[in-house]
Amino acid sequence: MLNISGIHEGFVLDHIKSGRSLQIYHDLKLDKLDCTVAIIMNAKSNKMGKKDIIKVECPIEALDLDILGFIDHNITVNVIKGDKIVEKKPLALPKQIKNVIRCKNPRCITSIEQELDHIFILTDEEKEVYRCKYCEEKYAGSAE
Amino acid sequence: MRHLMSPLDFTVEELQELLLLAQDIEKHPDKYAHACEGKKLATCFYEPSTRTRLSFEAAMLNLGGNVLGFHSANSSSAAKGESVSDTIRVISCYADICAIRHPKEGAALVASQKSKIPVINAGDGGHQHPTQTLTDLLTIYSLKGRLDNMTIGLCGDLKFGRTVHSLINALIRYPNVKFVLISPEELRIPSYIREDVLEANNIEFVELERIEEAIPQLDILYMTRVQRERFFNEEDYVRLKDFYVLNQEKLNRAKPDMMVLHPLPRVNEISVEVDDDPRAAYFKQAQYGVYVRMALILTLLGIDVEKE
Repeated sequence: MLNISGIHEGFVLDHIKSGRSLQIYHDLKLDKLDCTVAIIMNAKSNKMGKKDIIKVECPIEALDLDILGFIDHNITVNVIKGDKIVEKKPLALPKQIKNVIRCKNPRCITSIEQELDHIFILTDEEKEVYRCKYCEEKYAGSAE
Repeated sequence: MRHLMSPLDFTVEELQELLLLAQDIEKHPDKYAHACEGKKLATCFYEPSTRTRLSFEAAMLNLGGNVLGFHSANSSSAAKGESVSDTIRVISCYADICAIRHPKEGAALVASQKSKIPVINAGDGGHQHPTQTLTDLLTIYSLKGRLDNMTIGLCGDLKFGRTVHSLINALIRYPNVKFVLISPEELRIPSYIREDVLEANNIEFVELERIEEAIPQLDILYMTRVQRERFFNEEDYVRLKDFYVLNQEKLNRAKPDMMVLHPLPRVNEISVEVDDDPRAAYFKQAQYGVYVRMALILTLLGIDVEKE
């Protein structure tokens, strides 16, 4: 059994689908932050069988958690302050996501325009449909 | 500052204002002949489109303004690798309003984000072509006197025809509009229009394979080109192509006040013999295209000429 110490201030992202934590690490741009990150993979879970967990020691305003809602809104976000869970943040689908997924439509202007942000807009909350802001092509597939 | 990216950018009320302005322009062209004096329209066409470009240029010239621009990507700095964002920043220094056509979808939106002048989407790939839809709406409104309470037949390539998709999206905002969708099985309306637009809004529609079956009930017949390259095999094309040709014999089954529209260019889907029938409105439609673009230029430039 691995032991990883608790954190003083930051987040614990729990109930991540097993195997997805590395992708989330990149999507949240944790590699760009100068802070301690622990990634626990294949932890035992009563609910899920196996799960991943990410612990991030950072100021609580440092992370943009909108993207997590897009990736998987079943992830539990525990906000830690003073060594204690002070909040469980509910995740919702973000209205807009920027530079997380790329438009795959070869006819889209994003395929040639330099340094253009790839922006997707939530167009149908019920069906969880995101469309490219520019060509309106529906996004199909997992985050890159 | 306002741009035009999609025909749905205007509310029904704003659209009504635009159509009334276009009708006033038609009736009193002299009143508008100097409305844009000293103003310049830039036509930035990254791919050739003679009809749309000339229609825009005629519109600006009719308003007493000037035009400048380029007519293919090769004759612009795009050939040197300049981005759309940079090009529009430069054009903003030269002109007061810009009409842009680009083969990539969303290019006009990119331009509008960096522009200091109003941008009109004059076609972005297979995505949107709002001024064609405005032209269609003005034609129907002018010739029928209304945009509601009518049965509209859309015929030909309903799968790839963006003009058809845009027109459906624009017309479902009016009460009691029914659609008769006439196409071969291979070119039926895409499911996202059938399900997300027509069914989702409880719009009455039927899908038929033959013009003859559909034509007696129609108030408008909107023809589009059935292109050989859209078919999987030559045999199907040969078998089906004549079903989608409108000739006098088929037109004889239509109501006496039905109107035939076509976004043009026509190839062979409307026989030349139909041109002399009073119901053939596709060349008038091209004329309405100029009036609606004049109204659009005035609206986006915020130039107010009192209507009569």
